[in-house]
Amino acid sequence: MSGRAIAGLGVRGRHWAFDWPMRHRGWLATFAALVLLPLVPGLNSDFGRSLLTQMAIAAVFALSYNVLFGQTGLLSFGHAVYFGIGGYAAIHLMRAVNHGLALPMPFVPLAGAIAGVAFGALFGALTTRRAGTIFALITLGIGELAYAAAFMLPNLFGGEEGVTASRTRAPEVLGIGLASQIAVYYVVAAWAFVAALSMRAFTATPVGRMCNAVRDNPQRAAFVGYDPRIVRLVACCVSGLFAGLAGGLHAINYEIVAADSLGALRSGGVLLMTCIGGAGHFAGPVLGAMVLTWLEASLSGYTSAWLLYLGLFFMVIVVFAPRGVAGLIAMHAPVVRTPAFARVLLAYVVAAAPAGVTMGGLVALIEMSYRVSTQPELGTKMRIAGIAVDAASSASWVGAVFVATAGFVAFRATWRVVAAAWTLAEEQSRAVKGTSSS
Amino acid sequence: MTEIVAVSLLNGIVYGLLLFMLTSGLTLIFSMMGVLNFAHASVFMLGAYLSFQLGRWIGFWPALVTAPILCGLIGAAIERYGLRYVHRSGHVAEILFTFGLAYVIEELVTMAWGRNAVANSVPPSIDFALFSLFGSSFPAYKGLMMVISVAMFAFLYVALRSTRIGLVIQAALTHPEMTSALGHDVPGVFVLVFALGSALAGLAGVIGGFMLLTQPTLAQAIGPIVFVVVVVGGLGSLAGAFIASMLIGVLQTFAVAIDYSLADVLRAGGVAVARGSLLYDFVSIKVSTVAPIVPYLLLVLTLVVRPRGLLGKRDV
Repeated sequence: MSGRAIAGLGVRGRHWAFDWPMRHRGWLATFAALVLLPLVPGLNSDFGRSLLTQMAIAAVFALSYNVLFGQTGLLSFGHAVYFGIGGYAAIHLMRAVNHGLALPMPFVPLAGAIAGVAFGALFGALTTRRAGTIFALITLGIGELAYAAAFMLPNLFGGEEGVTASRTRAPEVLGIGLASQIAVYYVVAAWAFVAALSMRAFTATPVGRMCNAVRDNPQRAAFVGYDPRIVRLVACCVSGLFAGLAGGLHAINYEIVAADSLGALRSGGVLLMTCIGGAGHFAGPVLGAMVLTWLEASLSGYTSAWLLYLGLFFMVIVVFAPRGVAGLIAMHAPVVRTPAFARVLLAYVVAAAPAGVTMGGLVALIEMSYRVSTQPELGTKMRIAGIAVDAASSASWVGAVFVATAGFVAFRATWRVVAAAWTLAEEQSRAVKGTSSS
Repeated sequence: MTEIVAVSLLNGIVYGLLLFMLTSGLTLIFSMMGVLNFAHASVFMLGAYLSFQLGRWIGFWPALVTAPILCGLIGAAIERYGLRYVHRSGHVAEILFTFGLAYVIEELVTMAWGRNAVANSVPPSIDFALFSLFGSSFPAYKGLMMVISVAMFAFLYVALRSTRIGLVIQAALTHPEMTSALGHDVPGVFVLVFALGSALAGLAGVIGGFMLLTQPTLAQAIGPIVFVVVVVGGLGSLAGAFIASMLIGVLQTFAVAIDYSLADVLRAGGVAVARGSLLYDFVSIKVSTVAPIVPYLLLVLTLVVRPRGLLGKRDV
């Protein structure tokens, strides 16, 4: 905080043309990345652009979740309800556009946002009496209710098959239709950028600050004159708005919305994204959304055990890094300028080798078990990371256990090197702080 | 008519007692430790699978004892080597931990027994007709389940209220430091409570496995309903959980049996709703179709009418 204040003093008096870009360099970099990423080699294919589109949608969804979770302290297990309802609202509007309504397709996600706000207000009124455990349980129930209701009203929700529409049968804006994946990407990216900016701005508004106050101490917030219930309700509406928008973007991207988009799996997914990325930082959920979307797209094709890896990864994060990946990165901020930081990085490299070996052994065990129990028709011979193993021979099982155990023992030993490097770096950073303040 | 009512009532009580078996362990853990265990239904599922496997190796009756004990040991390990370290980060972190655990247990079960349901059939020693009601026989394993469920209720009720260890457990929840200073092993008490709760879930799983399909999605299917029971009954109240279980069991079973919709009622009253309209979609839903969401409707109703739950002490 003090560093920022000093930096602010340093640039005061400079010309605004220099000052403004410096203050907003993070957002400008994000904007540039959003524009340029689909053109980068490797991502400039339809697959790459589709992946980027999914990431942007997931990022908006995770950010909207964090308005509830990180900002207001409400743990929800039914957030996909708003996403799904937004998706259904958008897809029905798309159908209307297909039948001749004169609305350019890029504005369709707004229908999702409106539906999201409406249902955020409705469910928020039911659920925001108390935070904590009860809120979690009630949102879980509402999630199940919405999912089941989707199957009971087939005309509205399309039952098992869902509702489909076409994004190309629509009036064009400036001669650009939504036929290509890159056009879809830019529409989604533009909405995602606007949504992220708005949610960031919301954190700075008085009501956004009151959300933090209600999260930290509802009694005191009530005592200074803010009804915690109303503040939570506002958070629910804002969160619902952007979750609905994400659902609308999803509808444009896939041209189909089915009941699974309001199901428990998606609700759990957004919780995982936010926690893995880190709920305490604004960029954390974005990070989590990108990492998880990428992992799912790349891993789920190779392994049927994807959910097991995800669950284990999540538990490791909850136990060892409660502030998420963003928290792990932010932890390095104080020591990054110390001379010992190079040693910390070196120690990481040293510890990464046995950690990789341990994981290799565990992955081999998990993959062999899965093959034997869920895909016996594929036979027992398989390749794991290029190494041929036979799940039928006991040698491969003993070998995998040995590799995992040996790796773990070595990892425990190398962890001391990391700890020593960290202690040194922290001492140095404290010493630097001591001299600068005196 | 009497036939439908009698049979539905009996089935409803059976289902309600099964729900209570599931909820009792969860309520125990929640009321004593303040931990909402999202992996509880997963431990229940584990109990069903373990009894299936052990039943093949050592027979049903030994499995009925050993499977819950194994589940209890697993629960103890979860508390001792996982939950204890998350405890200091607060209740939300505990919920997240058990939430992740539910994913992992589901996948581990898939890994061990495959994605399809296993043939967890009722052993012959308890698969005979106990009595018959209007021509449909009532199997003995359901009777066993009812006896075990009621016994669980009585055991927990007495154990927590009238025994010394129950007092220590309750004290450890509200005043952990004071209890510890008086010479009681508070972390040990927590391990014990979690193990007991998990063992109860395992026991429920042994019997419940016969009545529900023993497959990896079992936990997902039953888990949310268990949480509804906890909220409707009043958070942490054992008697409330018992009443709520019975209520949901009976209501849901009756709903399944009613093959009428609101449209039929309206038609009998002389009101016709035009086909094809959205309103018709709503009113033509049969009550039997609504049955799966009865617990959740009850949840919403509870929140509106009586937010503290049936026997809860505080507002939720």
